[in-house]
Amino acid sequence: MLNVLWPVFIIVSCIYAIFTGKVEQINTSIFSSLESVVQLSITLLGTICLWNGIMNIAINTSLIEKLVFFFKPLLKYLFPEIYQDEKIRKEISMNMVANMLGLGNAATPLGLKAMKSMQEKNKKTDTLSNAMLMFIVINTASIQMIPTTVIAIRSSLGSQNPTATIVPIWISSACSIIVVILITKFLIKVGK
Amino acid sequence: MEILNYISSCAIPVTILVILIFGLYEKKNVFDSFLEGAKEGISIVVKIFPTLIGLFVAIGCLRTSGILDAIISFCSPVINLLKLPSEIMPLAFLRPISGSGSMAIATEIMSKYGVDSQIGLIASTIMGATETTIYTIAIYTSAVGIKKTRFVLFASLIGDVVRNFSCNTYLAKFVVRFFLTKYNI
Repeated sequence: MLNVLWPVFIIVSCIYAIFTGKVEQINTSIFSSLESVVQLSITLLGTICLWNGIMNIAINTSLIEKLVFFFKPLLKYLFPEIYQDEKIRKEISMNMVANMLGLGNAATPLGLKAMKSMQEKNKKTDTLSNAMLMFIVINTASIQMIPTTVIAIRSSLGSQNPTATIVPIWISSACSIIVVILITKFLIKVGK
Repeated sequence: MEILNYISSCAIPVTILVILIFGLYEKKNVFDSFLEGAKEGISIVVKIFPTLIGLFVAIGCLRTSGILDAIISFCSPVINLLKLPSEIMPLAFLRPISGSGSMAIATEIMSKYGVDSQIGLIASTIMGATETTIYTIAIYTSAVGIKKTRFVLFASLIGDVVRNFSCNTYLAKFVVRFFLTKYNI
């Protein structure tokens, strides 16, 4: 995707700038962009290292497995078809917990494992099953407890309160995850 | 609003506290685990650095050449119907497609309009509350060789719209009002 978008962005803006006489500004913007990447990366380096370290402690304990327990009733509602399967259930809930904790690196492999197990149960192998559909939709709408990237961006830009948007982020992603689940449930029913 | 902000500030310390206590309770070498994870963090940042350089430059060009503003004002009649501030739109569009691209544009928006301004706060909320939807769908479906994805894209994009909408309306106003009174900005 970016192989197309990236050159288009640059070419279009350079041509536009030449015609509107803003070439000077393009020059300054290139170098100020580089500067802000470096600045942001320094903050990111700190935030991500700290958070990855803390989360590595969590991975080494049984915390994720303990949290998975709370997901049981929810999974029964979300994935009625495959709820009986203990292995899939565990993989799905591990993926959800990892997503919530912001463990992107751990969440994707877990999610892929869950997808593979669900594919084994899938009757039409070229089409998404209901459970897979729900699983992907939930993954695109995942709630993140600590949005580290946003906090890093905000503090690199000198915000007075970098963590201020945590609760709004929770509320907003909770709204959307509820809507998305209901829509998916509805469409699955209609699709039958 | 005091409570909302208090919970926000508590989120990080409480998470760290719970994890540390849990680690100690299970008698793990907490600091060793920490170091191991933190070291991994370095390579994550190093890995995304080139992407960020490329995309920040591209987005910066789009912004300063004036073409982004031209596109925004061209689309604004439609955007106004959705009651979204049009400055946010580039982020709302790019967010489902590219993670680092949206980081670039969110940073650009926040530094132009101010991190703690209304638009800055809305941009932060969108950035934190949404995922790179299309990318997520792509890796999960292609990994198991699925071709027919039914309505997964539709449902996910509805979620994105809901999120952008909820970020933009009531929530944002609450936060902004709080900020303005607290810091007398």
